[in-house]
Amino acid sequence: MEMINLIWFAMVIIGLVVSAATGRIDAVTDALFSSAEQAVSVAFSMISVMTFWLGMMKIIEKSGFINWIVKLLRPLSLLLFPRLPRNHPAMHAILMNMSANLLGMGSAATPFGLKAMQELQTINEDPNTASDEMCTFLAVNTSALTLIPTTVVALRAASGSLYPTEIVGTTILATFCATMTAVALDRIIRAMTRKRKRR
Amino acid sequence: MLQLIVQTAAAWVIPVFIFFILVYAVVKKVDVFDTFVEGAKEGFSTSITLIPYLVAMLAAIGILRASGALDLLTQFLSPVLTYFNIPGEIIPLAIMRPLSGSGALGITAEILNSFGPDSFIGRLASTMQGSTDTTFFILTVYFGSVGIRRTRHALTVGLLADLAAFIASVIICSLVFQ
Repeated sequence: MEMINLIWFAMVIIGLVVSAATGRIDAVTDALFSSAEQAVSVAFSMISVMTFWLGMMKIIEKSGFINWIVKLLRPLSLLLFPRLPRNHPAMHAILMNMSANLLGMGSAATPFGLKAMQELQTINEDPNTASDEMCTFLAVNTSALTLIPTTVVALRAASGSLYPTEIVGTTILATFCATMTAVALDRIIRAMTRKRKRR
Repeated sequence: MLQLIVQTAAAWVIPVFIFFILVYAVVKKVDVFDTFVEGAKEGFSTSITLIPYLVAMLAAIGILRASGALDLLTQFLSPVLTYFNIPGEIIPLAIMRPLSGSGALGITAEILNSFGPDSFIGRLASTMQGSTDTTFFILTVYFGSVGIRRTRHALTVGLLADLAAFIASVIICSLVFQ
């Protein structure tokens, strides 16, 4: 069984068994359908954001503005994606996604990220299996490399903090640790699994 | 001072970004409106493709949250963390962070309200909330949108990065704020 099937199965079954044991079976039925509804509304609210930023992305590419971003983030792209051509549309979308994340533009990061996945899929050798570049890209994304943690600062200000931004430094340090770990692990596990395949 | 910079940056980054993109494009003689519409066309279909993946993942997480399984895990982990001087109140956040973005934000808000945003736990929760992203959501949406079934080591790396963010947050906050 593929990993994702196993995890999904385990999450549902553990939830059902525990809820039966703790007498919360009603709550689980409610949660099931309200979560499904929430999933659909997440997808619907993404339509507006996706449409807007994919429109901007086209302008960024066509005008050549993208070349400035490619130049600016060149060291990062060489380090993370050495085999991906610098002027490939996938590289453009990846760098736009990273810029959006770094600047704390959460709403723009996902559209650029999904565009990057589509472009990476066009050069993927096996369309069912994640490519090396996809794994690296997701390693960087799930570890949330950012310079401006906008959501948390806003939340702290809203809950009456005297110094809402005092966590900016610690957050940048912690997210940097997470990203370094993710990128290093991605390389190590990739190398290990490749060796196993050859044997 | 830093506060002013961050708040200003948060408010201005998107408008300024759009301003420069459009002015640059017009200088380069790009038909901005037509180009925008051409790119924007894909937005609808891409979002709609995500629905089955999102329903599957969020429903499973919803069941898990409502069942009380996460509370059991918290009780189980609590003595271990107390041993390392990590406040036990932070565990639900650490467990929720990779699973659900809105769930984690809710827990962070709750911690900030009950302990105060400027308490040690409040600062630690803020740092943890900001230093990693919702691994399950990103994997589901990103791989789902292109139909990838075999995700290889992506989930393992994502979850270990969350663990690294958690440990790093605890160490860094202890050094800086205590």
